[in-house]
Amino acid sequence: MKEILEKILLLATDEVKAAKSLKELEDLRVKYLGKKGEVTTVLKNMKDLSNEERPIIGKMANDVREAIENLLDSVKEDKKKIEMEIQLQTEGIDVTMPSKKSLRGHKHPLNVALDEIKEIFLGMGFKIAEGPEIDTVYHNFDALNAPIDHPSRSLSDTFYINEDLILRTQTSPIQVRTMKSQKPPIRIIAPGRCFRNDEIDATHSPMFHQIEGLVVDKDITMADLKGTLDMFAKRLFGSQTRTKFRPHYFPFTEPSGEVDVSCFKCGGEGCRFCKGSGWIEILGCGMVHPNVLRECGIDPEVYTGFAFGMGLDRITMLKYEIDDIRILFENDIRLIKQF
Amino acid sequence: MRVPIEWLKSYVGIEKIDEKTLMDKLVLTGSNNEGSYKICEGVENVVVGKILNITQHPNADKLVVVTVDVGTEEIQIVTGATNINIGDYIPVALNGATIARGVKIKKGKLRGEVSNGMLCSLEELGFEGSSIPKEFDDGILILDQPYPVGEDILKILKLDNSVIEFEITPNRPDCLSMLGMAREVSASFDIPVNLPEVYTESAASEVKSFASVRIDDSDLCPRYAAKIIKNIKIESSPQWMQLRLMQSGMRPINNIVDITNYVMLEYGQPIHAFDLHSVSGGEIIIRRAVEGEVITTLDDKDRVLSQDMLVIADKDKPIAIAGVMGGANTEISVETKAVLLEVATFDKTSIRKTSKDLGLRSEASSRYEKGVSVELPAMVVDRVCHLIELLDAGEVVPGLIDVYPNKAPRLEIPFRVERINQMIGCELTIDEMIAIFKKLEIGVVDTDGYKAIPPYYRLDLLKEIDLVEEIARLYGYDQIKMTLPKTSTWGARTNAQLIEEKAKTELLASGVDEILTYSFVSRKDLDRIHLPEDSLLRKQVELINPLGEEFSVMRASLVPNILEVLSRNYNRKNLKVKVFEMGSVFLPKELPVMQLPIEKKMLTIGIYGEHEDFFTLKGIVENLLTGIGIDGYYFEKETHAPSYHTGRCANIIWGDHILGTMGEIHPLVQEEYSLGTRTYVADLDFNLIMQLSRESKLFKSIPRYPAIERDIAVLVKDETTSLQIEQLVKSSAGELLESVVMFDMYKGRQIPEGYKSAAYALVFRSEERTLEDEAVNKIFSKILKALEVELDAQLR
Repeated sequence: MKEILEKILLLATDEVKAAKSLKELEDLRVKYLGKKGEVTTVLKNMKDLSNEERPIIGKMANDVREAIENLLDSVKEDKKKIEMEIQLQTEGIDVTMPSKKSLRGHKHPLNVALDEIKEIFLGMGFKIAEGPEIDTVYHNFDALNAPIDHPSRSLSDTFYINEDLILRTQTSPIQVRTMKSQKPPIRIIAPGRCFRNDEIDATHSPMFHQIEGLVVDKDITMADLKGTLDMFAKRLFGSQTRTKFRPHYFPFTEPSGEVDVSCFKCGGEGCRFCKGSGWIEILGCGMVHPNVLRECGIDPEVYTGFAFGMGLDRITMLKYEIDDIRILFENDIRLIKQF
Repeated sequence: MRVPIEWLKSYVGIEKIDEKTLMDKLVLTGSNNEGSYKICEGVENVVVGKILNITQHPNADKLVVVTVDVGTEEIQIVTGATNINIGDYIPVALNGATIARGVKIKKGKLRGEVSNGMLCSLEELGFEGSSIPKEFDDGILILDQPYPVGEDILKILKLDNSVIEFEITPNRPDCLSMLGMAREVSASFDIPVNLPEVYTESAASEVKSFASVRIDDSDLCPRYAAKIIKNIKIESSPQWMQLRLMQSGMRPINNIVDITNYVMLEYGQPIHAFDLHSVSGGEIIIRRAVEGEVITTLDDKDRVLSQDMLVIADKDKPIAIAGVMGGANTEISVETKAVLLEVATFDKTSIRKTSKDLGLRSEASSRYEKGVSVELPAMVVDRVCHLIELLDAGEVVPGLIDVYPNKAPRLEIPFRVERINQMIGCELTIDEMIAIFKKLEIGVVDTDGYKAIPPYYRLDLLKEIDLVEEIARLYGYDQIKMTLPKTSTWGARTNAQLIEEKAKTELLASGVDEILTYSFVSRKDLDRIHLPEDSLLRKQVELINPLGEEFSVMRASLVPNILEVLSRNYNRKNLKVKVFEMGSVFLPKELPVMQLPIEKKMLTIGIYGEHEDFFTLKGIVENLLTGIGIDGYYFEKETHAPSYHTGRCANIIWGDHILGTMGEIHPLVQEEYSLGTRTYVADLDFNLIMQLSRESKLFKSIPRYPAIERDIAVLVKDETTSLQIEQLVKSSAGELLESVVMFDMYKGRQIPEGYKSAAYALVFRSEERTLEDEAVNKIFSKILKALEVELDAQLR
């Protein structure tokens, strides 16, 4: 028995050392130490031994088993390291190959820009008001102090459904509706589709988008108007942006103004986007006309307010350098997928 | 409003202010511009020349050879001009000169004769053909007096100044004049205005023996001033006047017409001149037209008038449409011996309406309809008379007819210093405000509170708020501080807006792109999606004045818009497209439309592409609905939706509501939109969906015990739906069934006709213990039994 065990140990040692893979090692473990393995068989056959021999052989067999186990473990550890090394070396990839994209959808560029603008105003305490695309002549013109014979009311400027109903030409009717339905303090922006009877070309669309804003409260001043719009411009176009307020005229505000921002393409040095002037006009604004406040049931002696409006399409086109408004409504996914 | 700087200089001392400073400052005080330009931009090396000799070209009938003194030398030039004479002073483009539109002049030979330059016409100096007087239309500009030869023509004719194109806002009709702009310059730079020289009466009035004026309708004509000029000598006006008119875009005609136009441009007050001898009895009557009355206007067109139009008439006939255009019957001509000058004020609304109804706009009407001060006529008459005397165009008859029945009272506008400061957000004192008002010629009195007295020409200053604007713009918008409103509002999206955003996020996550399409569409769109004639959606909101048929009605469905976009993308070879639009459809409450129609928000999705089918779209819809917190909906087959494939369409049901319809587009509709591939559309009522959306997620604990999975395959009748099987499995299994999901459906070989094989993966799990096979087996046979009994299913 003793000789057998010694032989087994010698043989096993040789074989384990010669093993080429983890698989072979595992086979050797089964061959020697498995249920029907050679060492196990020796241990099983111990019952045939004398009482004196049994403990000696028993100890010896256990030693042999332990020796083989230890050997297997250490060789296995080495082999594992080597195999992993081989794996790491053979599994190299070309990291410059194309990625596997998970396809997500994209928002329309107008709404990408709108979202940005909404976030700015939400952060400044504005809510977002909405209103119908078809509205009354009253909400769109009369309540806004628009002279009764103002050209913008004509059939050549405004789409009519009947004498009293039109497609809104601005989102100001939302302001009127808001002022009529809630008491100051009011702070809203009103984004939405607008319509004007313009033939379609690269810069005109009979449907376009506006974002207007309205703040009404006690002691609202032109300084507040300037501060709000200046902050807006800095947030939208970058903190370096400067604003220029110029007097202008609108029937629904007085004093009224237009706002230029320093060109966000060239930083104000002059380029094709600002036509060399360094400034880009983006906003109309003013103090809400007392007639408008009064018409909406707000006492202009108690409350004052400011309003402003801008064209979303224009801002989107400037921002992304889109040179033809028609492309925005073609909805070719090769445009949309870019945003 | 075109303002030649050279002309502006006659009224304000701006010699020391450069053009850019002038324009920039005016922008900040409210006079925006659309740029400036030089009429003679780029013209170089064109000098004054004197014609010394003219001889016929030896080799060409239509050419002459002229000798011109250009100061430094006498040069020979060949020209085709026919309006030149020896002794004329003319502009000469020397060798190497540049004329209008960048044309270079080089010496050369014309039919064998040396030509060392070119004699220039006004057009060659840069003037528009439409503003050049007839006398120079086809020829060389003949200077009207001797100038030093060799001098730069632009300097001599003062053409080296720019013309500024001002953008005049509708509230400032007074700025549609040189004086108006001069006043703005004066206020902006704090320099005085020099008013033009005027005529003063020096003899007793004789005017009554020549003419009389009667206003019958003073509501439309508050004031009418008339003046008689006799011994008229019609000729060309002097070059300085012609050049100013031309730079302002007006074609010089003759001295009388030019003076009236010149003064109109100066003051903004239209002036008309009648041939006095054609006015019967010299009687001027201002009255409403007789319905159907006809007048031939100066443009030789017959105009049929209505009774709401104002005319100027004599005792026999209308002689002008008041404030719009004169009549041909009293037009001044070379024969005219005496004229009656009309300087009147007319109601602006009436003029606008008349001009619009007749489709006739003129310089006069466009000014009258914006508003002209009733105080202007007397001073304008005096200015015209001054120029008539200056130009020696006629003899001014002493005396003025000035019918002004109701003199406008002086306007006083009460204002409060604190209110003005409060609106602007500044702290000006009354003295500072008075100083600003003074620049604007606004007087201030302090009787029972401050009152502002606006100058006569400022028709826009009526209320305190108008004064706020004046203070703000002259104080300077750029001087106003920047503050933020101290308002206690908080910013937030409404629930509806949040749900909308969430819905979009879900769709974007499913790979669907957002599109935006027009709200107005063609009526034919509903034909294209095969909607029957009696469909409710056919009742559409129609525009009175659409851009064309394709934009004539408000959309009642987003489906045609989505298909149109899919079609366009397909046509452009975009192979895989998934798009959605969230937008309004318009449903009238009655026809014809009387009240605001219902605007309903719809969410419509359209897809096509290689691996897309009904079920990929169904997945998108499920993700969307689940994502915004809607459950308990199911899909029910719909076989009557006309736009869809009858066998591949479903309604999405929630309780008693149909949330929407989805399916494969009918092959004919697909063909209609030239879509060469199967296309799938889901059309959802977003208003409804929004109401059902719930934000009520609760955590369900993660299972602690293992699950047991079993597959089952049954043979069922073809019409048995997967939903039926699922529901039966669920109801017969009890609470230990965690999920049941179909993983295969097979029809064909080995399956009898009219049957299908459906296979499901069932997962069982207990929340309290590890399930044993035994328990699951029991449930499993119960399920099988139920399927056999209820659905006649056979285990496969």
